[in-house]
Amino acid sequence: MTPILELDGITKRFPGVLANDRISLSLEEGEIHALLGENGAGKTTLMNILYGLYHPDEGTIRIRGEVTHIRSSSDAIRAGIGMVHQHFMLIPVFTVTENVMLGDETTKFGGILDRESTASRIREISSTYKLEVDPDARVSALPVGVQQRVEIIKLLYREASILIFDEPTSVLTPQEADQLFGIMRSLAESGKSIIFITHKLREVLDVADRITVIRQGQVIGTTTPQDANMGKLASMMVGRDVVLEIEKAKARPAEVTLRVKNLKVLSDRNALAVNGVSFELSGGEVLGVAGVQGNGQTELVEALTGLRHPVDGRIELLGTDVTHATPRQITELGTAHIPEDRQRDGLVLSYPVTDNLVLNTYYLKPFAERAVLQREAILDHATELVVAFDIRAPSPLVDVSTLSGGNQQKVIVARELSRPIKLLVAAQPTRGLDVGSIEYIHSRVIEKRDEGVAVLLVSTELDEIMQLSDRIAVMYRGQIVDIVAIGDATKERIGLLMAGVHPGDTGA
Amino acid sequence: MTNAEDKTKKAGKSAVGIFFEEVSRSSLVIPVLAIFSGLLLGGVIVGLSSENVYTMWAVSPIQAIGNGLKAAWESYVTLFSGSFGSPAKMIAAIQGGDGLAIRRAFNPLFESLVKSTPYIFGGLAVALGFRSGLFNIGVEGQIFMGGIFSVWVGYTFIGLPAIIHLPLAFLAGALGGALWGFVPGLLKAKTGGHEVINTIMMNYIAFRLTDWLLREPMKRPGSTNPISPIIEDSARLPQFFQDPIRFHLGFFVALAVAALVYWFLFKTKWGFDLRTVGANPRAARYAGMNIVKSTIVAMSLSGALAGMAGANELLGVNHHLSQTFSPGYGFDSIALALLGRNHPLGVVLSALLFGTLRNGAMRMQAAAGIPIDIISVMQALILAFIAAPAIVRTIYRLKEPKKAEAGVHVRGWGGS
Repeated sequence: MTPILELDGITKRFPGVLANDRISLSLEEGEIHALLGENGAGKTTLMNILYGLYHPDEGTIRIRGEVTHIRSSSDAIRAGIGMVHQHFMLIPVFTVTENVMLGDETTKFGGILDRESTASRIREISSTYKLEVDPDARVSALPVGVQQRVEIIKLLYREASILIFDEPTSVLTPQEADQLFGIMRSLAESGKSIIFITHKLREVLDVADRITVIRQGQVIGTTTPQDANMGKLASMMVGRDVVLEIEKAKARPAEVTLRVKNLKVLSDRNALAVNGVSFELSGGEVLGVAGVQGNGQTELVEALTGLRHPVDGRIELLGTDVTHATPRQITELGTAHIPEDRQRDGLVLSYPVTDNLVLNTYYLKPFAERAVLQREAILDHATELVVAFDIRAPSPLVDVSTLSGGNQQKVIVARELSRPIKLLVAAQPTRGLDVGSIEYIHSRVIEKRDEGVAVLLVSTELDEIMQLSDRIAVMYRGQIVDIVAIGDATKERIGLLMAGVHPGDTGA
Repeated sequence: MTNAEDKTKKAGKSAVGIFFEEVSRSSLVIPVLAIFSGLLLGGVIVGLSSENVYTMWAVSPIQAIGNGLKAAWESYVTLFSGSFGSPAKMIAAIQGGDGLAIRRAFNPLFESLVKSTPYIFGGLAVALGFRSGLFNIGVEGQIFMGGIFSVWVGYTFIGLPAIIHLPLAFLAGALGGALWGFVPGLLKAKTGGHEVINTIMMNYIAFRLTDWLLREPMKRPGSTNPISPIIEDSARLPQFFQDPIRFHLGFFVALAVAALVYWFLFKTKWGFDLRTVGANPRAARYAGMNIVKSTIVAMSLSGALAGMAGANELLGVNHHLSQTFSPGYGFDSIALALLGRNHPLGVVLSALLFGTLRNGAMRMQAAAGIPIDIISVMQALILAFIAAPAIVRTIYRLKEPKKAEAGVHVRGWGGS
């Protein structure tokens, strides 16, 4: 049988970079083909070529055996290719139906929108592929997982037969991700062909029929989940052996660094996002804060770092009351903060790497002498950190916006961990990063713990929490449901706590 | 040690390099082409607005088009000889050896610099605001406040030596502008009141305040016109030549202030604060910067620079306050700051362009009867091209600049 899609020797050069180097790939009908690779390996470039956003310098694309030139995304759509983007392309104030028909509106009486016929097609698609969604719901009111279903329905509505999923799980909870995999399987069973772009090994092994690994623009190999395992895939992806399970000594907690008592914090909408949280964190231990996104973790971190004022309670850092301290005072007491949204909070994208590396120390010696910035000192500092933290940048003077996500995060990590610190607050430190960067950041965090730093790790990735933490605090609806020592923690137990089910309550 | 050598090499590059990068990154191609296109289209409009074209059209369309081209050409010739002077006259005057004739021949050139000076101050005011994430539309009002303060100091204190009186009057102007910037800055920082709205309102207050002052407390005794007394000689910015050349010290003060603004913004920690707040206020807060302070400081400094524009005009050129001493310098400054990409060097260059065009236009109006408004139209066209670089790229088939692959840094002025 002819593959539905064949890429043959696709090469794409950007100034100074060979993004795709003679990539060949075939996609069978009804197959889920995972494209696995680190950030910057060339997956996205390849898919942009397939979607008509870039033009290959060399190579051919064959669809159902016929050579096809895709010059624009409308060509791609016509050829039956549809893409579920990492960031959704939905209009929040429109309903599901309106979003689906957008750009391809059905009308009656020569111009009146025919929502009904679209809505009924959506219902049809929903039931065929088990994509439950209410066509009349407003998109802004839908959870992220359902919004993603709307994106998929958009493609099916346009009768796409080749579906590209670009990092689809990066915004989903573990449960939502499992649901998505179910949907992907049922799509494949009904004859759709799927390219699944990801860097998450577990997902690939769970859902793919075949796996192609890309590194530095080249195909390293194609394998199947039966023949592969996590370790093998990781080393194919990174090009060396990777330590997936971080080895760490037992924690040796010292005196209490951070003491939080009955903390109450309001959210932007003036709801009580953190509702009476108390805990103690000692030097030399990692306290993991687990929880589904939006249960008050963001507000907790902001309160601890001075970015949000608590309405009640007390925060004590090294014996000092910092409940109402400014971010700078808290930083100067020895707090490092890896913020949840690195591009919005942690970096100035239009600044070079050098300036981002001194974003919160620029006013101190040696970076400033009597208010005058010392460019040489700043550059030396950056040159040193770029090497020490393995930041891949052509020069420390390039804008941080030109770096990959992993390297941007390394800039933040370098800045925060290169200072003498007592407390590290790390919020989603590895979100969206590749295996190599995750491994690296994890080992740095543990290194800091072993140096006696108190680490508060907030993450929605349960794997990460389980790997790094010495104790796990589970947050649910603004409260810490329970704090579990790592020895007593199982995935099931933490998962139940995350859903707000306390083991003691199960009988009731 | 090669490593150390390498480092010093890099550091050396960075000193000049960072400055160079700042300018080159913004790519001069677009502004230059925008200016060119603006002049070209301006010519077309001059041609189209020329009566000769229409009277001739019935007789011979080709002749009519010729007339239009001729009209456009002539107006540009008068425009540029108006702004730079005529080389023939200069040579003749030098050969003649008559001092007054030489000064007259060179006057247009110097007058262009005189006209550029308030634009430099005003452009710096807007640019500093933009760099700090603030859209200061109140430059015009701040210019008037600067004028009021400097003139008052200029005519009130009698008998002071120039070395004290002049700086005092000039700084009083800066203070007046700073005050007018401080208020909307405070409102923005403390209440979130948008600076665009508040600076516009402050403009009206400044204009009406000027009207009232010139009718009542600051009115020149014995005059029927609403003008202030003439300032003391000791408060005047010294002129370098005799009449009719009005070229004065203010131009060099403006250049020095531009250098100072550059140093402040890009070389000091205070400038780092302001630029960071401007580029990403959330990251600035995360980094421990005080956004309230930064906003107030930025608006006050911006106002002070605008106030200097007013002081410069009144202490250097007019020597008294009137309601019409600024033909909209403040509003043009917004445009030229954008043309100069909010960089002090860019501001100086575009201020020179604007000053030159303004000066030439006045002479063009006098000599060729082309209304001065055509210059405003031309400026508007240039800015439209700047604001929409896609048009310029399409016309001249330039390549799209490399797209930033990570998040594109976009931020509307003012808001967050």
